[in-house]
Amino acid sequence: MTKRNMWVGVLTVPMMIAMLLLAGSSSVKANEQPATANAEVKIDNFSFGPQTLTVPVGATVTWTNRDDIPHTVVSTDGVFKSKVRDTDDKFSYTFDKAGTYPYYCSIHPKMTGKIVVQ
Amino acid sequence: MTDKKHDLIDQKLQDLNNDGVDRRGFLKCMAWAGTGLVWTMSGGIPVSRAFAKGMHQNAGKGGDFSFVQISDSHMGFNKPANPDVAATLQVAVDKINGLAKPPEFLLHTGDISHLSKPEQFDTVDQILKSASAKDVFFVPGEHDVLDDNGKSYLERYGKNAKGAGWYSFDKKGVHFIGLVNVLNLKSGGLGSLGGEQLEWMEKDVKGLKHSTPIVVFAHIPLWAVYPEWGWGTDDSAQALAYLKKFGSVTVLNGHIHQIMQKVEGNVTFHTATSTAFPQPQPGKADSPGPMKVPAEQLRSLLGITDVNYVLGQHSLALVDSNLG
Repeated sequence: MTKRNMWVGVLTVPMMIAMLLLAGSSSVKANEQPATANAEVKIDNFSFGPQTLTVPVGATVTWTNRDDIPHTVVSTDGVFKSKVRDTDDKFSYTFDKAGTYPYYCSIHPKMTGKIVVQ
Repeated sequence: MTDKKHDLIDQKLQDLNNDGVDRRGFLKCMAWAGTGLVWTMSGGIPVSRAFAKGMHQNAGKGGDFSFVQISDSHMGFNKPANPDVAATLQVAVDKINGLAKPPEFLLHTGDISHLSKPEQFDTVDQILKSASAKDVFFVPGEHDVLDDNGKSYLERYGKNAKGAGWYSFDKKGVHFIGLVNVLNLKSGGLGSLGGEQLEWMEKDVKGLKHSTPIVVFAHIPLWAVYPEWGWGTDDSAQALAYLKKFGSVTVLNGHIHQIMQKVEGNVTFHTATSTAFPQPQPGKADSPGPMKVPAEQLRSLLGITDVNYVLGQHSLALVDSNLG
Protein backbone atom coordinates (compact mmCIF):
# COMPACT_ATOMS: atom_id res chain seq x y z
CA MET A 1 0.00 0.00 0.00
CA THR A 2 1.22 3.49 -0.75
CA LYS A 3 1.07 5.48 2.40
CA ARG A 4 0.06 9.07 2.04
CA ASN A 5 0.14 10.07 5.62
CA MET A 6 0.55 13.79 6.01
CA TRP A 7 -0.43 16.93 7.84
CA VAL A 8 -3.00 18.93 5.97
CA GLY A 9 -1.24 22.17 6.83
CA VAL A 10 1.93 21.04 5.08
CA LEU A 11 0.24 20.44 1.76
CA THR A 12 -0.20 23.15 -0.79
CA VAL A 13 -3.74 23.84 -1.87
CA PRO A 14 -3.22 22.72 -5.50
CA MET A 15 -1.69 19.47 -4.29
CA MET A 16 -4.67 18.86 -2.06
CA ILE A 17 -7.15 19.54 -4.83
CA ALA A 18 -5.29 17.33 -7.24
CA MET A 19 -5.21 14.50 -4.76
CA LEU A 20 -8.83 14.83 -3.83
CA LEU A 21 -9.85 14.90 -7.47
CA LEU A 22 -7.78 11.81 -8.17
CA ALA A 23 -9.14 9.96 -5.17
CA GLY A 24 -12.68 11.07 -5.92
CA SER A 25 -12.70 10.04 -9.55
CA SER A 26 -11.29 6.59 -8.88
CA SER A 27 -13.93 5.96 -6.26
CA VAL A 28 -16.71 6.86 -8.66
CA LYS A 29 -15.42 4.34 -11.17
CA ALA A 30 -14.87 1.63 -8.62
CA ASN A 31 -18.05 1.93 -6.63
CA GLU A 32 -20.41 4.01 -8.67
CA GLN A 33 -20.91 6.14 -5.60
CA PRO A 34 -20.91 9.89 -5.37
CA ALA A 35 -17.39 11.15 -4.93
CA THR A 36 -16.96 11.68 -1.20
CA ALA A 37 -13.22 11.60 -0.98
CA ASN A 38 -13.25 14.37 1.55
CA ALA A 39 -14.49 12.70 4.69
CA GLU A 40 -14.24 14.08 8.19
CA VAL A 41 -14.16 12.73 11.70
CA LYS A 42 -14.66 15.12 14.57
CA ILE A 43 -13.24 14.47 18.00
CA ASP A 44 -15.65 15.81 20.60
CA ASN A 45 -16.06 14.88 24.24
CA PHE A 46 -13.50 12.09 24.10
CA SER A 47 -15.19 10.33 21.19
CA PHE A 48 -14.77 9.97 17.45
CA GLY A 49 -17.76 11.02 15.39
CA PRO A 50 -18.96 9.24 13.44
CA GLN A 51 -17.57 6.25 15.26
CA THR A 52 -17.81 4.18 12.07
CA LEU A 53 -17.20 5.99 8.82
CA THR A 54 -17.56 4.36 5.40
CA VAL A 55 -15.57 5.89 2.54
CA PRO A 56 -14.65 4.92 -1.04
CA VAL A 57 -11.18 3.65 -1.88
CA GLY A 58 -8.83 6.59 -2.27
CA ALA A 59 -10.67 8.78 0.19
CA THR A 60 -8.79 11.12 2.46
CA VAL A 61 -10.14 11.20 5.98
CA THR A 62 -9.38 14.20 8.15
CA TRP A 63 -9.73 14.08 11.90
CA THR A 64 -10.14 17.33 13.85
CA ASN A 65 -9.66 17.50 17.59
CA ARG A 66 -12.27 19.83 19.06
CA ASP A 67 -11.59 18.91 22.70
CA ASP A 68 -9.63 20.94 25.23
CA ILE A 69 -7.41 17.92 25.70
CA PRO A 70 -4.94 16.42 23.20
CA HIS A 71 -5.74 13.15 21.48
CA THR A 72 -4.13 10.83 18.94
CA VAL A 73 -5.47 8.81 16.01
CA VAL A 74 -3.71 5.46 15.92
CA SER A 75 -4.55 2.46 13.77
CA THR A 76 -4.98 -0.68 15.87
CA ASP A 77 -3.17 -2.66 13.16
CA GLY A 78 -0.31 -0.19 12.73
CA VAL A 79 -1.52 1.24 9.38
CA PHE A 80 -1.49 4.89 10.43
CA LYS A 81 -0.47 6.86 13.49
CA SER A 82 -0.86 10.55 14.17
CA LYS A 83 1.36 12.59 16.39
CA VAL A 84 -0.37 14.11 19.38
CA ARG A 85 -3.12 16.47 18.19
CA ASP A 86 -3.98 19.40 20.46
CA THR A 87 -7.14 21.51 20.23
CA ASP A 88 -8.15 22.22 16.60
CA ASP A 89 -5.20 20.23 15.21
CA LYS A 90 -5.94 17.95 12.28
CA PHE A 91 -4.66 14.64 11.00
CA SER A 92 -5.30 13.21 7.55
CA TYR A 93 -4.80 9.82 6.02
CA THR A 94 -5.64 8.59 2.54
CA PHE A 95 -7.07 5.10 2.28
CA ASP A 96 -5.83 3.46 -0.93
CA LYS A 97 -7.00 -0.02 -0.16
CA ALA A 98 -10.41 -1.48 0.69
CA GLY A 99 -10.78 -2.87 4.17
CA THR A 100 -11.77 -2.14 7.72
CA TYR A 101 -9.41 0.05 9.72
CA PRO A 102 -10.06 0.11 13.47
CA TYR A 103 -8.29 2.87 15.37
CA TYR A 104 -8.13 4.44 18.81
CA CYS A 105 -6.64 7.29 20.80
CA SER A 106 -3.42 5.95 22.31
CA ILE A 107 -3.70 8.44 25.20
CA HIS A 108 -7.33 7.62 25.98
CA PRO A 109 -7.72 4.07 24.68
CA LYS A 110 -11.41 3.94 25.56
CA MET A 111 -11.84 6.17 22.50
CA THR A 112 -12.19 3.88 19.49
CA GLY A 113 -13.43 4.24 15.92
CA LYS A 114 -13.46 2.48 12.59
CA ILE A 115 -12.98 3.48 8.97
CA VAL A 116 -14.57 1.13 6.46
CA VAL A 117 -13.08 1.54 2.98
CA GLN A 118 -15.01 -0.05 0.11
CA MET B 1 -17.63 23.61 55.46
CA THR B 2 -21.02 23.39 57.14
CA ASP B 3 -21.81 21.03 60.00
CA LYS B 4 -24.34 19.34 57.81
CA LYS B 5 -21.65 18.52 55.30
CA HIS B 6 -19.44 17.25 58.11
CA ASP B 7 -22.18 14.94 59.27
CA LEU B 8 -22.74 13.73 55.76
CA ILE B 9 -19.06 13.01 55.25
CA ASP B 10 -18.74 11.29 58.62
CA GLN B 11 -21.74 9.20 57.80
CA LYS B 12 -20.40 8.28 54.38
CA LEU B 13 -17.06 7.41 55.87
CA GLN B 14 -18.84 5.22 58.37
CA ASP B 15 -20.63 3.52 55.49
CA LEU B 16 -17.38 3.10 53.68
CA ASN B 17 -15.68 1.61 56.71
CA ASN B 18 -18.50 -0.82 57.29
CA ASP B 19 -19.07 -1.78 53.73
CA GLY B 20 -15.54 -1.71 52.40
CA VAL B 21 -15.99 -1.66 48.65
CA ASP B 22 -19.68 -0.85 48.38
CA ARG B 23 -19.99 0.83 44.99
CA ARG B 24 -22.95 3.02 45.83
CA GLY B 25 -21.24 4.22 48.98
CA PHE B 26 -18.13 5.09 47.14
CA LEU B 27 -19.99 6.80 44.35
CA LYS B 28 -21.51 9.02 46.99
CA CYS B 29 -17.99 9.82 48.14
CA MET B 30 -17.52 11.72 44.94
CA ALA B 31 -19.33 14.57 46.60
CA TRP B 32 -16.14 15.03 48.59
CA ALA B 33 -14.28 16.61 45.74
CA GLY B 34 -12.77 19.82 47.00
CA THR B 35 -13.27 19.02 50.65
CA GLY B 36 -10.65 17.88 53.08
CA LEU B 37 -10.32 14.72 55.09
CA VAL B 38 -7.84 13.38 57.58
CA TRP B 39 -7.12 9.71 57.30
CA THR B 40 -5.28 7.77 59.94
CA MET B 41 -4.52 4.12 59.51
CA SER B 42 -3.85 1.95 62.51
CA GLY B 43 -3.26 -1.74 62.07
CA GLY B 44 -5.19 -1.71 58.84
CA ILE B 45 -8.29 -0.16 60.40
CA PRO B 46 -8.90 3.26 58.94
CA VAL B 47 -10.10 6.00 61.20
CA SER B 48 -11.18 9.16 59.54
CA ARG B 49 -12.78 12.47 60.17
CA ALA B 50 -13.44 15.53 58.14
CA PHE B 51 -10.97 18.26 58.84
CA ALA B 52 -11.72 21.87 59.39
CA LYS B 53 -9.49 24.86 59.87
CA GLY B 54 -7.04 24.31 62.67
CA MET B 55 -6.99 20.56 62.41
CA HIS B 56 -4.47 20.78 59.68
CA GLN B 57 -1.64 21.66 62.03
CA ASN B 58 -2.65 18.96 64.50
CA ALA B 59 -2.66 16.32 61.83
CA GLY B 60 1.02 16.82 61.27
CA LYS B 61 2.10 16.82 64.91
CA GLY B 62 3.83 13.75 66.24
CA GLY B 63 4.36 12.31 62.80
CA ASP B 64 7.79 10.91 62.19
CA PHE B 65 7.95 12.44 58.77
CA SER B 66 5.66 13.77 56.14
CA PHE B 67 5.65 14.16 52.40
CA VAL B 68 3.34 15.93 50.00
CA GLN B 69 1.71 14.56 46.87
CA ILE B 70 1.04 16.94 44.02
CA SER B 71 -0.41 15.91 40.70
CA ASP B 72 -1.53 16.86 37.24
CA SER B 73 0.18 20.23 36.88
CA HIS B 74 -0.45 20.06 33.08
CA MET B 75 2.10 22.77 32.36
CA GLY B 76 1.29 24.27 28.96
CA PHE B 77 -2.49 23.95 29.31
CA ASN B 78 -3.99 27.37 28.55
CA LYS B 79 -7.70 26.80 27.95
CA PRO B 80 -10.52 28.61 29.82
CA ALA B 81 -10.64 25.98 32.59
CA ASN B 82 -7.35 27.53 33.79
CA PRO B 83 -5.42 29.94 31.56
CA ASP B 84 -2.50 30.14 34.03
CA VAL B 85 -1.47 26.72 35.32
CA ALA B 86 1.99 28.02 36.24
CA ALA B 87 0.39 30.43 38.73
CA THR B 88 -1.67 27.71 40.40
CA LEU B 89 1.35 25.39 40.62
CA GLN B 90 3.22 28.21 42.33
CA VAL B 91 0.31 28.62 44.78
CA ALA B 92 0.54 24.89 45.49
CA VAL B 93 4.26 25.22 46.22
CA ASP B 94 3.59 28.23 48.47
CA LYS B 95 1.01 26.12 50.28
CA ILE B 96 3.57 23.35 50.75
CA ASN B 97 6.11 25.84 52.06
CA GLY B 98 3.53 27.09 54.55
CA LEU B 99 2.82 23.68 56.09
CA ALA B 100 3.42 23.58 59.84
CA LYS B 101 5.50 20.45 59.43
CA PRO B 102 7.75 20.76 56.39
CA PRO B 103 7.56 17.70 54.16
CA GLU B 104 10.74 15.71 53.59
CA PHE B 105 10.04 15.34 49.91
CA LEU B 106 7.38 15.64 47.23
CA LEU B 107 5.71 13.03 45.06
CA HIS B 108 4.41 14.15 41.68
CA THR B 109 1.92 11.63 40.33
CA GLY B 110 2.15 12.62 36.70
CA ASP B 111 0.84 14.84 33.94
CA ILE B 112 3.67 17.16 34.84
CA SER B 113 3.35 18.66 31.36
CA HIS B 114 0.37 19.01 29.06
CA LEU B 115 2.15 18.09 25.81
CA SER B 116 5.50 16.56 26.86
CA LYS B 117 7.37 19.62 25.64
CA PRO B 118 10.82 20.32 27.12
CA GLU B 119 9.90 23.89 28.01
CA GLN B 120 6.84 22.64 29.90
CA PHE B 121 8.96 20.27 31.98
CA ASP B 122 11.47 23.10 32.46
CA THR B 123 8.79 25.41 33.86
CA VAL B 124 7.60 22.80 36.34
CA ASP B 125 11.16 22.02 37.44
CA GLN B 126 11.77 25.74 37.90
CA ILE B 127 8.64 26.29 40.01
CA LEU B 128 9.33 23.22 42.13
CA LYS B 129 12.80 24.57 42.92
CA SER B 130 11.06 27.13 45.14
CA ALA B 131 9.66 24.32 47.31
CA SER B 132 11.22 23.85 50.73
CA ALA B 133 11.47 20.13 50.03
CA LYS B 134 14.22 19.62 47.47
CA ASP B 135 13.63 15.99 46.53
CA VAL B 136 10.79 15.33 44.12
CA PHE B 137 9.87 11.82 43.03
CA PHE B 138 7.98 11.59 39.75
CA VAL B 139 5.94 9.07 37.85
CA PRO B 140 4.72 9.92 34.35
CA GLY B 141 1.19 10.68 33.27
CA GLU B 142 0.03 9.98 29.72
CA HIS B 143 0.64 13.64 28.89
CA ASP B 144 4.33 13.23 29.75
CA VAL B 145 5.06 10.42 27.30
CA LEU B 146 3.42 11.72 24.12
CA ASP B 147 4.91 10.89 20.72
CA ASP B 148 8.22 9.46 21.95
CA ASN B 149 6.95 6.62 24.12
CA GLY B 150 8.38 8.27 27.21
CA LYS B 151 11.97 8.59 26.02
CA SER B 152 12.43 12.26 26.94
CA TYR B 153 10.59 11.78 30.23
CA LEU B 154 12.95 8.96 31.11
CA GLU B 155 16.02 10.99 30.20
CA ARG B 156 14.90 13.80 32.47
CA TYR B 157 13.29 12.02 35.42
CA GLY B 158 14.20 8.35 35.17
CA LYS B 159 17.93 8.25 35.82
CA ASN B 160 17.58 5.85 38.72
CA ALA B 161 14.51 4.10 37.40
CA LYS B 162 13.98 0.72 35.81
CA GLY B 163 12.17 -0.09 32.58
CA ALA B 164 9.81 2.68 31.52
CA GLY B 165 10.45 4.65 34.71
CA TRP B 166 9.41 2.52 37.68
CA TYR B 167 11.45 2.39 40.90
CA SER B 168 11.29 1.98 44.64
CA PHE B 169 12.99 3.61 47.61
CA ASP B 170 12.87 3.53 51.39
CA LYS B 171 12.35 6.40 53.80
CA LYS B 172 12.48 5.82 57.54
CA GLY B 173 11.07 2.34 57.32
CA VAL B 174 8.40 3.08 54.72
CA HIS B 175 8.79 1.43 51.32
CA PHE B 176 7.74 3.58 48.36
CA ILE B 177 6.99 2.13 44.93
CA GLY B 178 6.57 4.40 41.89
CA LEU B 179 4.78 2.68 39.00
CA VAL B 180 4.21 3.56 35.35
CA ASN B 181 0.77 2.71 33.94
CA VAL B 182 0.48 5.13 31.01
CA LEU B 183 2.43 3.36 28.26
CA ASN B 184 1.49 0.73 25.67
CA LEU B 185 -2.21 1.27 26.26
CA LYS B 186 -4.37 -1.14 24.29
CA SER B 187 -7.35 -0.08 22.20
CA GLY B 188 -10.47 -0.18 24.34
CA GLY B 189 -8.43 -0.75 27.49
CA LEU B 190 -7.44 1.08 30.65
CA GLY B 191 -4.11 1.97 32.23
CA SER B 192 -1.51 -0.79 31.98
CA LEU B 193 1.46 -1.87 34.09
CA GLY B 194 2.65 -4.70 31.87
CA GLY B 195 4.37 -8.00 32.60
CA GLU B 196 7.91 -6.70 32.98
CA GLN B 197 6.96 -4.14 35.59
CA LEU B 198 4.77 -6.59 37.51
CA GLU B 199 7.63 -9.08 37.61
CA TRP B 200 9.95 -6.40 38.93
CA MET B 201 7.41 -5.40 41.57
CA GLU B 202 6.92 -8.95 42.80
CA LYS B 203 10.68 -9.24 43.36
CA ASP B 204 10.90 -5.76 44.84
CA VAL B 205 8.53 -6.52 47.73
CA LYS B 206 9.49 -10.17 48.24
CA GLY B 207 12.11 -9.66 50.95
CA LEU B 208 10.18 -7.01 52.90
CA LYS B 209 8.71 -7.66 56.34
CA HIS B 210 4.92 -7.80 56.46
CA SER B 211 4.97 -4.96 58.93
CA THR B 212 6.67 -2.60 56.46
CA PRO B 213 4.30 0.21 55.53
CA ILE B 214 3.98 0.41 51.75
CA VAL B 215 3.17 3.47 49.67
CA VAL B 216 2.46 2.86 45.99
CA PHE B 217 2.13 5.82 43.66
CA ALA B 218 1.18 5.91 39.98
CA HIS B 219 -0.67 8.26 37.68
CA ILE B 220 -3.86 6.41 36.66
CA PRO B 221 -5.82 5.00 39.60
CA LEU B 222 -4.92 1.40 40.49
CA TRP B 223 -8.56 0.72 41.28
CA ALA B 224 -11.64 0.86 39.09
CA VAL B 225 -12.81 4.40 39.77
CA TYR B 226 -14.83 4.64 36.54
CA PRO B 227 -13.69 2.37 33.72
CA GLU B 228 -16.19 3.99 31.34
CA TRP B 229 -13.87 7.01 31.33
CA GLY B 230 -10.72 4.94 31.44
CA TRP B 231 -10.24 5.61 35.14
CA GLY B 232 -8.65 2.36 36.15
CA THR B 233 -5.74 0.03 35.37
CA ASP B 234 -6.27 -3.27 33.58
CA ASP B 235 -3.69 -5.31 35.49
CA SER B 236 -3.71 -3.53 38.85
CA ALA B 237 -5.21 -6.58 40.61
CA GLN B 238 -1.96 -8.44 39.99
CA ALA B 239 0.08 -5.62 41.53
CA LEU B 240 -2.20 -5.48 44.55
CA ALA B 241 -1.97 -9.24 44.99
CA TYR B 242 1.76 -8.83 45.70
CA LEU B 243 0.86 -6.43 48.52
CA LYS B 244 -1.72 -8.60 50.30
CA LYS B 245 0.71 -9.72 52.98
CA PHE B 246 1.43 -6.18 54.15
CA GLY B 247 -0.46 -4.65 57.05
CA SER B 248 -0.46 -1.11 55.75
CA VAL B 249 -0.68 -0.21 52.07
CA THR B 250 -1.46 3.26 50.78
CA VAL B 251 -2.05 3.77 47.05
CA LEU B 252 -1.75 7.34 45.78
CA ASN B 253 -2.91 8.29 42.29
CA GLY B 254 -3.76 11.34 40.21
CA HIS B 255 -5.27 11.50 36.71
CA ILE B 256 -8.89 12.16 37.70
CA HIS B 257 -8.31 15.66 39.13
CA GLN B 258 -10.47 15.11 42.19
CA ILE B 259 -10.34 13.45 45.58
CA MET B 260 -11.64 9.91 45.88
CA GLN B 261 -10.94 7.30 48.48
CA LYS B 262 -11.60 3.66 49.01
CA VAL B 263 -10.53 1.20 51.67
CA GLU B 264 -10.24 -2.45 50.79
CA GLY B 265 -8.75 -4.67 53.47
CA ASN B 266 -5.36 -3.26 54.37
CA VAL B 267 -5.23 -1.00 51.34
CA THR B 268 -6.25 2.64 51.32
CA PHE B 269 -6.69 4.13 47.87
CA HIS B 270 -6.58 7.87 47.48
CA THR B 271 -6.57 10.18 44.47
CA ALA B 272 -5.30 13.75 44.58
CA THR B 273 -6.62 16.93 43.09
CA SER B 274 -4.80 18.59 40.22
CA THR B 275 -2.90 21.84 40.53
CA ALA B 276 -4.22 22.84 37.08
CA PHE B 277 -7.94 22.22 36.52
CA PRO B 278 -10.77 20.11 37.95
CA GLN B 279 -12.49 17.28 36.11
CA PRO B 280 -16.13 16.28 36.50
CA GLN B 281 -17.38 13.59 38.83
CA PRO B 282 -17.71 10.26 37.03
CA GLY B 283 -20.62 10.21 34.64
CA LYS B 284 -21.66 13.73 35.60
CA ALA B 285 -20.61 15.22 32.25
CA ASP B 286 -20.39 14.19 28.61
CA SER B 287 -16.69 13.51 28.98
CA PRO B 288 -13.89 13.65 31.53
CA GLY B 289 -12.54 16.83 29.93
CA PRO B 290 -11.52 19.92 31.92
CA MET B 291 -14.35 21.33 34.00
CA LYS B 292 -14.92 25.04 33.64
CA VAL B 293 -15.92 26.70 36.88
CA PRO B 294 -16.22 30.37 37.79
CA ALA B 295 -12.73 31.86 38.24
CA GLU B 296 -13.31 32.53 41.93
CA GLN B 297 -14.10 28.83 42.52
CA LEU B 298 -11.18 27.37 40.63
CA ARG B 299 -8.62 27.28 43.42
CA SER B 300 -11.04 25.60 45.80
CA LEU B 301 -11.05 22.63 43.40
CA LEU B 302 -7.26 22.41 43.09
CA GLY B 303 -4.95 21.25 45.83
CA ILE B 304 -2.22 19.21 47.44
CA THR B 305 -2.18 16.11 49.64
CA ASP B 306 -0.06 16.13 52.79
CA VAL B 307 0.80 12.64 54.05
CA ASN B 308 2.06 12.04 57.58
CA TYR B 309 3.64 8.86 58.82
CA VAL B 310 3.79 8.05 62.51
CA LEU B 311 6.55 5.64 63.45
CA GLY B 312 5.46 2.58 65.38
CA GLN B 313 1.79 3.09 64.67
CA HIS B 314 1.96 2.21 61.02
CA SER B 315 -0.18 5.23 60.53
CA LEU B 316 -0.49 7.37 57.49
CA ALA B 317 -2.60 10.46 57.80
CA LEU B 318 -3.70 12.03 54.54
CA VAL B 319 -4.73 15.65 54.55
CA ASP B 320 -6.08 17.22 51.38
CA SER B 321 -6.05 20.96 51.23
CA ASN B 322 -7.25 23.12 48.41
CA LEU B 323 -5.53 26.17 46.98
CA GLY B 324 -8.41 28.48 47.86
